[in-house]
Amino acid sequence: MADDVKTKVIEILAEQAVLEPGDIAMDQTLEDLGIDSLGLVESIFAIEEAFDISVPFNANDPQAGDFDISSVAAIVGAVEGLVAAQKG
Amino acid sequence: MRRVVITGAGTINALGASVAETLEAMREGRCGIGRLDIRDVDRLTVQIGAQVRDYDEAAHFNRQQIALYDRFTQFALLAADEAIAQSGLTFEGPLAARAGVVMGTSGGGLNTQDENYRAVYEDGKNRVHPFVVPKLMNNAATSHVSMQHNLKGPSFTVATACASSNHAMGQAFQMIRAGMTDVMVTGGTEAMLCFGGVKAWEGLRVMSKDACRPFSATRNGMVQGEGAGMFVFEEYEHARARGAEILAEVAGFAMSSDASDIVMPSKQGAARAIAGAVSDAGIPLESVGYINAHGTGTAANDKTECAAVADVFGHHANDLMISSTKSMHGHLIGGTGAVELLACLMALRDGVVAPTIGYEEPDPECALDVVPNEAREARVDVALSNAFAFGGLNAVLALKRA
Repeated sequence: MADDVKTKVIEILAEQAVLEPGDIAMDQTLEDLGIDSLGLVESIFAIEEAFDISVPFNANDPQAGDFDISSVAAIVGAVEGLVAAQKG
Repeated sequence: MRRVVITGAGTINALGASVAETLEAMREGRCGIGRLDIRDVDRLTVQIGAQVRDYDEAAHFNRQQIALYDRFTQFALLAADEAIAQSGLTFEGPLAARAGVVMGTSGGGLNTQDENYRAVYEDGKNRVHPFVVPKLMNNAATSHVSMQHNLKGPSFTVATACASSNHAMGQAFQMIRAGMTDVMVTGGTEAMLCFGGVKAWEGLRVMSKDACRPFSATRNGMVQGEGAGMFVFEEYEHARARGAEILAEVAGFAMSSDASDIVMPSKQGAARAIAGAVSDAGIPLESVGYINAHGTGTAANDKTECAAVADVFGHHANDLMISSTKSMHGHLIGGTGAVELLACLMALRDGVVAPTIGYEEPDPECALDVVPNEAREARVDVALSNAFAFGGLNAVLALKRA
């Protein structure tokens, strides 16, 4: 299950960044990937749709919702947490 | 050059059903934002808005009219009635032939669209009311105001999202100044507070779930409002000759396009519009005493707007007042500049500057005098009204004390 989440999240971020999933490293930031605020909102929407979860995120204050977007690894971890909490 | 003045004002919005009620609420720093009372509100993540409450359409319009008037048209008609009554004008003969209506709206008949999409998609109906199109079209409000008041001159609707009504009023101003007409009815109207209207905004993740706190470090997004603001713009000599009461002079207008991003604002684009309006008015920058900010309460707008004001005014930015009344009446999108122009009229006429309510904590990136929480008495000779739309389309009006 955990690997599925990771694979899917990376796919979503790769599509947004116009990269191959294999080109994305876990320690990269959204800035490294060239994903801006609009791209982030679109990625979150894609994540919500893919996992049928609700991601707490306000573009005015990206840190507020406890959804860590500091790196690819952080996002994968946050999505795993939400999937476990909302689908468990 | 021909000068343009305002001889009538009208409104309905979450703060009141008239200009007097609205200005009283602004003076008192009252908040019109509350829990939305709309269908399916439980399925919304954002459940607040600045709704026009205790509104009974049947108290104002008959059954035949209601069949044709979406909520945004109703608001426009009510506000126009008040503005035209105050102006004392009756539109007949040559005056009527040249006087028109230019109005801003973004969503048009969104409630009508929402209800009828629901009927065909969710309820599976295969038939809709015959007047769906004339009711939802963006120019419906303009056309009904024109019909109601016999305004037969140049008339159209302007849609530039959050700057719609400022673009509309700027257009009316320029038409009178250019000699095309002596009188225009102008402003904006919006009624987007329906399930689909709020749901669409939710998607962008820029809406606050609790309050609109412009310029405050604790701000967390915008809150939608609804309503209309309408004005009678009139050529100065025409107004003077008939002894009309002049509420303020529309002295300048400028617009610009950021040409950069579809949602993120640009300091340069905003600054060019602000500086342009002052320059168009032919007044020194130091004469500006008050700016009604676009002030949406989003992280991005408020800091960009403050930076633009600081760039344009330099040292004088610290001496002028800038407040966002969206903290009280919400963001009326295509109608917002029109309702906000009322705060400019209050500053110029009554010497009362409307506050930015909900202000909790200073933000170093918004370090201007934002008139926090309480209205202030001050003599203001020139006021600006800012509007910066999604899509990077900016429109700023400059008003002078009569």
